[in-house]
Amino acid sequence: MGRKYLLGNEAIAHACTESGVGFISGYPGTPSSEVIDVLRVQPDRSYYVEWSVNEKVALENALAVAWCGVRALCTMKHVGLNVAADPLMTSAYTGVTAGLVIMSADDPFAHSSQNEQDSRCYAHFARLPCLDPASIQEAHDMIPEAFTLSEEFGLPVIFRPTTRICHSKGDVELGKPAAGVRKGEFHKDPRQYVVIPAHTRVLHKKLNEKQPALRKRLVERGYNHYKIQGKTAIIASGIGATYVQELLPQGVSFMKIGAYPIDEEWMGDFIRKHEKILVIEELAPEVEETVRQVAGCIPVFGKKNGYAPYEGELSLPAVAGIMEKAGFLKKNPFYEGNPVQQLPPRPPILCAGCLHRSAFYAIKKVFKDAIYPSDIGCYTLGLQLGVVDTTICMGASVTVASGISHAGDTRDIVCTIGDSTFLHTGIQGLLNAVYNGAKITMVILDNRITAMTGHQPNPNSGMTACGAESPAVSLDALCRACGVSFVESVNPYDITGMVTVLQEAKKRKGVKVIIAKQMCVISARRAGIKRGRYQVNAELCTGCGTCVRFGCPAIEFEDEKARVNDLCSGCAVCAQLCPTGAIVREGKK
Amino acid sequence: MSGSFDILIVGIGGQGTILASNILGEACLIEGRYVKGAETHGMAQRGGSVESHIRIDGLFGPLIPPGQADLLVSFDLLEALRYSHYLKKEGKMIVNRHLVLPTSVFTQKLPAPTQDEITEKLKKYTLCLLDADQMAEEAGSPLSQNVVMLGAASPSIPLRSESLIDAVKRLVPKKTVEINVKAFEMGREFGRNC
Repeated sequence: MGRKYLLGNEAIAHACTESGVGFISGYPGTPSSEVIDVLRVQPDRSYYVEWSVNEKVALENALAVAWCGVRALCTMKHVGLNVAADPLMTSAYTGVTAGLVIMSADDPFAHSSQNEQDSRCYAHFARLPCLDPASIQEAHDMIPEAFTLSEEFGLPVIFRPTTRICHSKGDVELGKPAAGVRKGEFHKDPRQYVVIPAHTRVLHKKLNEKQPALRKRLVERGYNHYKIQGKTAIIASGIGATYVQELLPQGVSFMKIGAYPIDEEWMGDFIRKHEKILVIEELAPEVEETVRQVAGCIPVFGKKNGYAPYEGELSLPAVAGIMEKAGFLKKNPFYEGNPVQQLPPRPPILCAGCLHRSAFYAIKKVFKDAIYPSDIGCYTLGLQLGVVDTTICMGASVTVASGISHAGDTRDIVCTIGDSTFLHTGIQGLLNAVYNGAKITMVILDNRITAMTGHQPNPNSGMTACGAESPAVSLDALCRACGVSFVESVNPYDITGMVTVLQEAKKRKGVKVIIAKQMCVISARRAGIKRGRYQVNAELCTGCGTCVRFGCPAIEFEDEKARVNDLCSGCAVCAQLCPTGAIVREGKK
Repeated sequence: MSGSFDILIVGIGGQGTILASNILGEACLIEGRYVKGAETHGMAQRGGSVESHIRIDGLFGPLIPPGQADLLVSFDLLEALRYSHYLKKEGKMIVNRHLVLPTSVFTQKLPAPTQDEITEKLKKYTLCLLDADQMAEEAGSPLSQNVVMLGAASPSIPLRSESLIDAVKRLVPKKTVEINVKAFEMGREFGRNC
């Protein structure tokens, strides 16, 4: 296939086709989403691919496929593994027949995440092998090996790239796509697949018995290797190992960890040949803990004695700084950089014409002194508009709202949740809120797509991951089935209409649901929907600033007058807000 | 230490920094050279400040450390200043004169530097300032602004212009090849004398 310049996730996706994977499932989440986004649009696919409604569902599907003898891949971001943790833990007991690779992409520095958890800890917890690539090429090469390893030990393998692997680019040497895919067949074996206590006790023992051979095999496969070059040594993992390789001074030994569990005997042999060890790894001290267990009285420098940070991501200057502090480098050749101060920030912002902005505007207008729990999606950016008071994890808008309601706060509680998030883990929260008599208003921000992660379809979109037609779920019927009697759908571009519905909801007791339904403005543009642009009639504009405070990036303020720039998508919401009627459609007076 | 030629492309989400970096990567492959890069994905793209790192002949990590970039290509005037500390002392800056003020300036009434103030501050660097928006318009589409910028940067990049043009042809949508090649050449012509 030759060499290509690819995004890490594209290289991973290609490696899956080289591995003869037959089934792929996952839930979108940065930085993991592009793997399925690439695989789902390939022509002449021999594999099955789906976007599942959440990670638990995705993993259980994939596990069953692997039981049937077909190679399966399941992708998610690190926090998705929390959702899938229930099947994950027991999948280690039941094991697999064909290879099952669980890609859990970590996000050190939380570029696009709610926390910085480390998927290697899950592998440790579940006693599953974990592969931790240090470069895009290695990420690519590890995938076929991960499937082989999974089949050899009959265990799911956790593959843990990080943001700087998934969203980096590089020249990658690719292999040939595998020909054909195995056909699955389920062989009944209750002692393996029915984890009643009598069976699971046996399975647990089997899992533990696999560990020593697994540790040895990971060294044999060359994922964990070393080079002795002196009396001091650096042990590094993941992208940290790549930075160390760029900086490694002469006469310093180097051990690279790319797979877990680590063979302690093997590591001990290396450590005992040195007088001083530095450990470089992102996030949890997973390698360092093993190093400390075997190091005895040999000094170890790392997170636990304050030489390296527990948080954030590493970089060349950061690693050089740690090496300098621990005495492995005379001087850090980099500087932290002095960014120019006091520049106006340019954070990500809701798009011009985004339905969320107008929905939030109406919510704030009706519910002035309210509490606003929210959720995970583009609309978390509503924080800038003062209508996001809480965000924890997927689906935690409606549950936090009902919790606050039960805590006795008497203010109105209005929570917001996107359609994809509602279908992911929001339904249970709503069911619970109705069942237990919470007093809340829930607004479903329904843009028909999973927008934030790159516009993946969901059960609300009317099509599957591969573009085949599927029945679009009725959010209205779903909410009513949960027991909500007040369910109203409204177009959030119609501010008056939305305000009227919200006022009605405010008067009612119990759980009220409003579905604010409008296509994502990016999907609309891609679908060729054109609405006329708007402009400001300077004669009528009094410069009152009402439209500017709305916060749309299409509205600027120049010489005491508002101006609509070319980002305008024609949603017409600002025209409705303008008290003097100065904002009109282009070409109209 | 890495002997790579490090280029940082910055701008605002939606301006096409990713395509520009893809063109550079593709051109490296055409010349059989190693290349590493990194970019902003996910929610951070939505109208926010974005960066693409490209390390030509890069063998190790994808990120350019501050003070190490050989070239800074900025699609927006303000973003050039925001990332200026990434540039080496002897590095060069190719900057689109166009300034988009962040919405925060209007909604939070934050003070914003003027076009002249920013230009003045950038003068301490080797600077090539151009009106890429207008040139893109002349080339046939305002969307080709990113390729104009790449063209203007190209005389300072250790890649052959034929490789870059070849990469442009491979990566831009088929219908826009002619416009983008023109945009590249207009940019390159400007960059040569700048």
